[in-house]
Formats: sequence, C-alpha cells, structure tokens
Amino acid sequence: MDTVEELKARVLELENEVAELKGTSTRGRIDKMSAEVVDSNPYSRLMALQKMGIVKNYEDVRTFTVAVVGVGGVGSVTAEMLTRCGIGKLILFDYDKVELANMNRLFFQPHQSGQSKVEAAKNTLQSINPDVEIEIYNYNITTVDNYDDFVSRLETGSKTKGQIDLLLSCVDNFEARMTINNACNAIGLNWFESGVAENAVSGHIQFIIPGKYACFSCAPPLIVSTKMDEKMLKKEGVCAASLPTTMGIVAGLLVQNSLKYLLKFGDVSTYVGYNALEDYFPTMTLKPNQNCDDSKCIKKQAEYQLYIKEHPEVLIEEVKEETEVVHEDNDWGISLVESDPTNEEVSEETSLNLVPGLKVAYDIPSKPLKESHQEVELDDDAGESLDELMNRMKNI
Amino acid sequence: MVDEATRKSLSGIPLLKTKAGPKDDPKLWLQRLKEEYTALIKYVENNKAAGNDWFRLESNKEGTRWFGKCWHVQDMLKYEFDVEFDIPVTYPVTAPELALPELDGKTAKMYRGGKICLTDHFKPLWAKNVPKFGIAHAMALGLGPWLAVEIPEMIEKGAVVYKEGEDKK
Repeated sequence: MDTVEELKARVLELENEVAELKGTSTRGRIDKMSAEVVDSNPYSRLMALQKMGIVKNYEDVRTFTVAVVGVGGVGSVTAEMLTRCGIGKLILFDYDKVELANMNRLFFQPHQSGQSKVEAAKNTLQSINPDVEIEIYNYNITTVDNYDDFVSRLETGSKTKGQIDLLLSCVDNFEARMTINNACNAIGLNWFESGVAENAVSGHIQFIIPGKYACFSCAPPLIVSTKMDEKMLKKEGVCAASLPTTMGIVAGLLVQNSLKYLLKFGDVSTYVGYNALEDYFPTMTLKPNQNCDDSKCIKKQAEYQLYIKEHPEVLIEEVKEETEVVHEDNDWGISLVESDPTNEEVSEETSLNLVPGLKVAYDIPSKPLKESHQEVELDDDAGESLDELMNRMKNI
Repeated sequence: MVDEATRKSLSGIPLLKTKAGPKDDPKLWLQRLKEEYTALIKYVENNKAAGNDWFRLESNKEGTRWFGKCWHVQDMLKYEFDVEFDIPVTYPVTAPELALPELDGKTAKMYRGGKICLTDHFKPLWAKNVPKFGIAHAMALGLGPWLAVEIPEMIEKGAVVYKEGEDKK
C-alpha cells in the first residue's frame, strides 16, 4: 500500500508532467529584471554581464522585438536562446509541423509530433520564460496570399507597434530567403541570414543592413567549401542531412551576433562561415553590388551613400572593416562551379574578393543576355488575350 | 548535368522576356502570364508531336496558383498524379516549388508537402536564365527528370501502385 505521502508526491509529479505537456508556466511574470544573485532570479547571470562591464545596459534586451523566420533546426534553438536571454518579443513564422524525423535536432520533443512548429515552440518558450511576448504565424511567407501580412507584421510588430528591431532568417530554402530579402529591402529592416548546408558539415551567418552591406540578391549565395568534392557527394535516396551540432553552432553564432548588435557590445560580424570538417571559420564583409537585381537594394544604397556624406564620422568606426582581404594559398579549393552547356554565355568571374574557404554557389552572367530571337518567338501570340490562351491550354 | 533529352525539350520551349512577378505592376504580370501560357502551350504541343505528352496545367484567374495532372507510363500502364504549386512573390527570380502532394511521405526525394527535391543543377540554371525561364522550363527541367527517376523506383518498391481506370480519365 502506498502511504499518503507517497501518493501526494506522485500527484505532484503528475501535476508537473501535465504542466510540462500543457506548457503551463511554472513562474509568474517578472516586471523588472533584477541583478540580485539568488537561486530564484532567472536573470541574475544575465544582469551580471552589466556588472562586469561587458554590456552597458542589459535590461534594454526587454525592449527589442525579433522575428525568427523558420522554426526548424536553427530557428527553434535561436528562439530558445533569445527567450532565455529575456528578449522583449519574438515573432515566429513557419508553416511546417513537428515530425519524428526532426528528432535528430535540438528543441522539439517526440510528444510534440503533429503540432505546428510555431505552436509547439510557443508553448515551450512561454514556459521557459513567461516574460517574453510571443506571437506566431503558421503560414508560408513566399505566397502572394501571405506576403503582405508578413511585411505588415515586420512593420508594426514591435512592442511599441512600430517596425521590429531585427529579423533572423532560419529558413532552409532559397525562395524564402529571397522573400525575406525582398521584404527587408522594401522596408529597410536589418536582418541576419543563416544557413546550414545540406551535407550538414558547413554553415554560415550573414548580417545584412540594406544599402550598407550586400543584400541576398547582390551576389549568388556563398558556400563554405569543405574540401570534399561536391560531385562525390552521394545524394541518392536523400534530400538533406542534418546534425544537431552544426545547427546548434550556427544558432549560437547567429544569436551571439544578434545580441552584440542589439545591446551594442563587441564587434558584429558581417559574415561568418563554419567549416565543420576542419573547424575553420572564414569571416568577411560583403559590399553591396551596384548592379544588384533588386531595385529596392539600389535605392537603399543611394540612401546609405547620402547618409555617410552627411555623417562622415560613422566611417571612422568602419576603417577596420575596410581592410583589404589578403588571399592566402588556395587550400580550400575555391573554384567556380562548372558552367552549364545549355547556357553558352561566358560570365565574368565574380569580383567579390572572397576569403579562402568561401565560394559562390554558381556564377551568373553580369550582363543581360541578348533578347533578339525570343521576341520573334513570342510575338506570334501577342494578340491573344489571357482568357483565349487559358482556353487553348485547357483544350489542348 | 542536364541529359540530352531534357536539353532537347528545353530548346523547343519559347523563352520568356517579361521580368515580372505577381506583386509587380499588374500590366507586366499579365504580359508575363501570357508568355507563360504561350510557352506552356508550345511545350505541350511539342510533347504531343514527339509522342511524349506527360502533363496538363491550368491556373487560377490571377495566375498565382497552378494545378493539373502529370503522368508516367510504364509497362503500358499510366500512373497519374496531381501536381500543384504557388507562384512565389519573388518569381521569376526564384523558381516555383513544384509539388505532388499525394506522394508526400512515399519518397525521400521530397520536401514537406510533397515538394519535389530538385537536382543541384536546377537552381543555378534557373538563376542564370532569369527571366527567360518560366513554368514550362521548370516542368521540363525539374518535374520531368524527377518523374523519370523517382516513379519507376517507387513502383518497384510498391509505394506507387497502378490504379484501375486511370487511363480512361
């Protein structure tokens, strides 16, 4: 027979389990961050940063709103780190569900399978730190239906109903990155791009201030070279590999630089690559491309040039960033991807001044291609209306 | 690399010229849509002429959402699948993500929602050909080769089985 004490203990245990499953908070909200060092203060070690002189005013962290787009292997850990740091508000975007196949990564738990990632994340994060305001959107930002809402959330989602402070891209595909780039160029929002390669052994973070640094459209995506011949990479029967280690490291780099940027301490890196096979971390700064494909980027570049003309003092801080990149031995096999025979145009080698260990995903022609012959082909049907074409397609 | 058959079918598809997406000037997007349809019609006609008719597509009025059928013939049996995709706001800089929802979970060569896993060559090739490539090119370069490789494998594994009467539809 169980004693009353044993039963009581069991009830408490079960209550805690239920609370955990429900994501019920185990503490009340705290109005003001305290620096008092006691076991019950969740902020004591963070406020110690201030006492030690690392951060001037740590408490400012509560005023910031950060959007995390993509709550997968990198995004969920990113959101957890920011939550534990006591960020003011998080806005999470993702349209995926938690699956057992995600369990090789951090954060999500098997019992959350089937839940939407943003919902599951909100529950866990809210119980870790109820002081953080968390807003979630379970949709695909790249579609026409959702894009406007996405942009308006970035423009009005802050704690004071204004533009948010920073966006962190933790998505896993080019389309979503381009969508984020498009939105951030349009509204002038600073953001970090992050990524982990599909081979799971390299990753990167990149800081983008529209107009000041290269946007995601300015150059082909950069790849951290891993000495492995990519053509040898076996891709049969799989789409992508992933490791919790690589993702955790990239999330760590991402949030570290976000905190440095928001709380103004240390130097914010504009690009950090991570080559896991050799533990090599190339860093560099990417200047914007004056011929960028995105007209909004060009506009931001002009605005930035005007700004530094009026505020020449800001450049003094940046002399460090401008130092010339020294090319060392080509140990990492930097090479451009073989051009495809279906496109005969020889493109100019990109003049990105890449540091060793980085290369572009592909080369793109620097000048628009001749368009003479295609005009002829399309003009045949120029007279037909869209309805007529749609009907023709239907009845083919 | 792109195989000979794919290259041949690609070369028969008219190139597009209007660089406009669904969020751009409606006049330009309409022009782009007309080009898309013209290229698709030509591509389907080419396929029919070559005895290799393999898909039909149509879109909503705005041209932002596309749907239709694609099929694969093996041992005289026709295996047919629904195909669908949205035009992303960044189109045509980024390609549409083609999806076969009913095959979701049946092959590892797929992302969530049944989006097909494209080869490493697709995206670089698409990027180099903006805005000349359109939906027809995405079908020829993306879905066509994918079906040719993945469907026979799924049939062999039993993940895809022939459904009676599919040919008559």
